[in-house]
Amino acid sequence: MTGSTLGIVDRVNLFARRIPVWLVYGLVALPAPYLFYLAATGGLGVEPISALEHEYGELALKLLIAGLCITPLRRFLGVNLMKFRRAIGVMAFAYVFAHLGVWLFLDVQDWGRIWADIVKRPYITIGMVGFVLLVPLAVTSNNLSLRWLGPLWRKLHLLVFPAAILAGLHFVMLRKGVQIEPLLYLGTILALVGIRFRLRDGKIVRA
Amino acid sequence: MAYRWKNTFTRADATPEAHFLNRRAFVGAIAAGVGLGMAGSRASAQDTLKPNDWDEITNYCNFYEFGTGKEDPPRYAKALTTSPWSIEVDGMVDRPGAYDVNDIMSEMTIEERIYRFRCVEAWSMIIPWNGFELADLLAMAGVQDGAKYVAFETLYRPEEMIGQRYPVLDWPYVEGLRLDEALHPLTIMATGIYGKPMPKQNGAPMRLVVPWKYGFKSIKSVVRITLTDKEPPTSWNRAGPQEYGFYSNVNPNVDHPRWSQATERVIGSGLFASRQPTLMFNGYQEEVASLYEGMDLAKHF
Ligand code: HEM
Repeated sequence: MTGSTLGIVDRVNLFARRIPVWLVYGLVALPAPYLFYLAATGGLGVEPISALEHEYGELALKLLIAGLCITPLRRFLGVNLMKFRRAIGVMAFAYVFAHLGVWLFLDVQDWGRIWADIVKRPYITIGMVGFVLLVPLAVTSNNLSLRWLGPLWRKLHLLVFPAAILAGLHFVMLRKGVQIEPLLYLGTILALVGIRFRLRDGKIVRA
Repeated sequence: MAYRWKNTFTRADATPEAHFLNRRAFVGAIAAGVGLGMAGSRASAQDTLKPNDWDEITNYCNFYEFGTGKEDPPRYAKALTTSPWSIEVDGMVDRPGAYDVNDIMSEMTIEERIYRFRCVEAWSMIIPWNGFELADLLAMAGVQDGAKYVAFETLYRPEEMIGQRYPVLDWPYVEGLRLDEALHPLTIMATGIYGKPMPKQNGAPMRLVVPWKYGFKSIKSVVRITLTDKEPPTSWNRAGPQEYGFYSNVNPNVDHPRWSQATERVIGSGLFASRQPTLMFNGYQEEVASLYEGMDLAKHF
């Protein structure tokens, strides 16, 4: 590594150390009420329901990806953002939850149809499985659970990898025709998951 | 053969856009004043019969030739050159050739048709189209005996239609109708909305409108019409045969794999509106059901 990259990494790490975690929670949370306000007042166009659904979904996906970046950033570049990882993960879940909420209460509305949609529409099924996988992660994202679960916690949180892949797949499936944007997201997720695992003696192990 | 169909919707207000909004706000204010609840929302049955306003119709478009976002067409369609424009009419016709749109227009009686418009993505609008019956254009070219289908093609010009630079679909966009569907009085070539020339994002200068079928059948910016005796390929059917059939009639009882078709979101009704039930043949059952007599509509979706 050259002196200048070290310099940048050091500066980023120094800067990160000075940013309190609550600020990250706050900043990442802000778009949620703002987008809702826009949707309610015509700021998201003439079809605010799916617009809001899309905004929350895309933010959730971006946050999931951001969360997946943190370990590789440290491992490969020495950038240490570990203290924000929980905040980003929890907020990713919050946006998935909001996304699901829009779908339940504003989009589908009909409780009979909700179940039918989950069972019958593959992209919804896959999104739902992704959501369900994220629930135990959100619930255990606190120091108490970390202590109680011990080594099991790390195992449990491996679920973020399949959840992220399913979320990316969900996006690819719901767009019509062949579209580049969702494929880029899925590709990024697969790459980020891929660099975390190695094939050793025919078995997949963590890198 | 103009005026073979009479509008069932009314356009209470002769002036579009802002005026239209004012009227709605006005009605809302009165209703609220009288304490009728639901004021101003388009949820009440009466109100759903009013056309969408200009802004809604021209800012929420599926026209993948200009991008896959709903706001991409209003943003990028400006680049499209729509004059000169001619439509190549060929295949099984007596007078094949390139028909200039101005020449077509001068021969046609332009009338207003206020139609429901139902997208396969389960949203809907009510649009006051201006146009003429496709049957009249086909008569101009002279349909030969033995022709059974009509194939349509959208302009392919990636220099101006930036969405065509991406392989979202197999360009150019193509669509088709059975001849009796094409000749039906409800089937029009639309040349405008609210008395104004067709906006580019809505398919200028001339597009098909088949109100009892999902929106993607109503092909935009048409450059070729071919009479044939074989069922022509259609773009979405080629992209996903199990999702999009040749007929694509609006049918609340036949589900699309991605969207339940039982209900629809009415554009312009806001964040908290409830879905409306979707009508068989988009509400044109009386007019068109006979075209499909004896056909299994779940099989021929
Ligand atoms: C794992 C968590 C999830 C993530 C990260 C996610 C992400 C996304 C993204 C990125 C979009 C597309 C946004 C766009 O087109 O710009 C989307 C759309 C959508 N998602 Fe999710 N989603 C998740 C879970 C769910 C769940 C659990 C449901 C419902 C049960 C759901 C229902 C939908 C629907 C209905 C759409 C819109 C589809 C349409 O446009 O027709 N998603 N989601």
